Amino acid sequence: MNGALLEVDNLKKTFVLPHSLFEKPRTVTAVNGVSFTITAGETFGLVGESGSGKSTIGRLIARLADPSGGRITFGGQDWLSLKGKGLRQARRQVQMVFQSPYASLDPRWRVIDIVAEPLRTHLDLGKDELRERCATLLDRVGLSSNLMDRYPHQFSGGQKQRIAIARAIALEPALLIADEPVSALDVSIQAQVLEVLREVRRTSNLAMIFISHDLSVVDYLCERVGVLCQGSLVEIGPTREIFSTPKQAYTQSLIDALPGRRRFQQQI
Amino acid sequence: MANAHNLTPIDPADSLSVTLADPTAHPRQTAAAAFPVETAGTRIRQALLRSAKGMTGLALILLVLLVALLAPMIVPHDPAAQILEWRFAPPAWAAEGSVTNLLGGDNLGRDILTRVLLGARVSIAVALIVVSIASVVGSLLGAVAGYFGGVVDAVIMRLIDFQLAFPFLLLALIFMAILGPGFSTLVLALSFALWINFARVVRSETLRIRSLEFIDAAHSIGVSHSRIIMSHVLPNVLPAIIVIATLDIALVIIAEAALSFLGLGVQPPTPSWGLMISEGRDFLHDAPWMVLGPGIAVLLTSIGINLFGDFLRDIYDPRLQRL
Repeated sequence: MNGALLEVDNLKKTFVLPHSLFEKPRTVTAVNGVSFTITAGETFGLVGESGSGKSTIGRLIARLADPSGGRITFGGQDWLSLKGKGLRQARRQVQMVFQSPYASLDPRWRVIDIVAEPLRTHLDLGKDELRERCATLLDRVGLSSNLMDRYPHQFSGGQKQRIAIARAIALEPALLIADEPVSALDVSIQAQVLEVLREVRRTSNLAMIFISHDLSVVDYLCERVGVLCQGSLVEIGPTREIFSTPKQAYTQSLIDALPGRRRFQQQI
Repeated sequence: MANAHNLTPIDPADSLSVTLADPTAHPRQTAAAAFPVETAGTRIRQALLRSAKGMTGLALILLVLLVALLAPMIVPHDPAAQILEWRFAPPAWAAEGSVTNLLGGDNLGRDILTRVLLGARVSIAVALIVVSIASVVGSLLGAVAGYFGGVVDAVIMRLIDFQLAFPFLLLALIFMAILGPGFSTLVLALSFALWINFARVVRSETLRIRSLEFIDAAHSIGVSHSRIIMSHVLPNVLPAIIVIATLDIALVIIAEAALSFLGLGVQPPTPSWGLMISEGRDFLHDAPWMVLGPGIAVLLTSIGINLFGDFLRDIYDPRLQRL
């Protein structure tokens, strides 16, 4: 596994639009031949406007959707050939943080149950040990462990996203996919959650795919970045390089669309 | 695509507290902050104490349940004893009535009050058993249909369509013809008729819940489909199931009465409200009290359950409006 943790090769995904029986099915190509690799411990950013297919790529790698073509190799293993129980067991290697912390936590579950769900699914731990592990996890994301018995609606958006991060890192995955994890949050809260992600990455050497439309956030967190346009990767490379001297007009237009872009490029 | 659900943070728990908080939003919220654990149970209890509708309904339900439980101990007479002087005995409030037969006597000289009290057992038993079977079967099938979609969904939905095409009475008649009338046939026929109510609502609720990210989250953790349905989907559909169940209990009591009235349900001499109304029909002109007792019993029970069901629906209104 030297070097590449994840290899994505010519990944494709087309969606069939709803159609009537006699109509010719119309399709939308969300991901069109995307290839990239990620090394262990690296943070890779995926940027692009809405509908550019960045979330779909995340879902394909997390195996929440099946690709229409291409290959994914994870840890030297053919990731797409996994099925059933084998897949369920392998899933602990790749975890996800979702966009909306309001929808990604079951409103009827207590925080302890939410954070312990991956542990209960994959490990056979006693009740006391579960509580202990949950307390440690909550501590890692900066939440007090005596909030464990509360329900999600008693937390703010930023706190909920911390809970979601605690759940995602519970099994020490090798890869964390963060799909717009801060875009549903207030700007004032965003920085705190990003800091949590950074801290988590620092302490556990996990690789991260960070999906976002916000270039400044990606710049803050990612070493390398891929720019997506209509399902294709138009540019890929070290974040600084791409944002300071974009080769593609599309990348430049993304940067131009940023409020305060001059300062953004000057900083870089 | 990525931003499609950017602006719709659906949080059932939040919407629930919003509806509940209607007149006194602030005290409730501070109460929520003061107590670390606030469950749906405590919220319902607080709303119940404030609602005359809910309290009346609950009181009536408890009264009927109590009567059903204690019937053998509190009945004044033997339900099957036929006493010649009690034949068509008028009720206590009539001119020549007596306190011996508070609700009068029937055509065979049996005490009506005794039979109404004991009849509660059959009616309540049928209602509870039927609703239990129908809710479990219907909810499971509905959840499976909504969760998996595709062929499974199509098959279950066609099954429901198929059954909806049959009038309920015809369906019951088929059961009676094949299995013969009796308590278990009655329960089977009614359960068979009612499961679709649960299946349809649970399916549509499941469709909504399935699209929420916590299902994806469980999926990406590696939780199996059956466990996702049991631990994430069904608990979130539960409020809707409770509402349908209370409404259907009233429905079953009336349907049992209707079927027994037609001679398809419980057989004599077992007292059941429906059967008593059925027997009283022939003497409606001369002895209307034969129908009055069991009729009022059915009325009070279904009013009680409907009031309570209404109250539950008020609590969960925002969820039901989305169906």
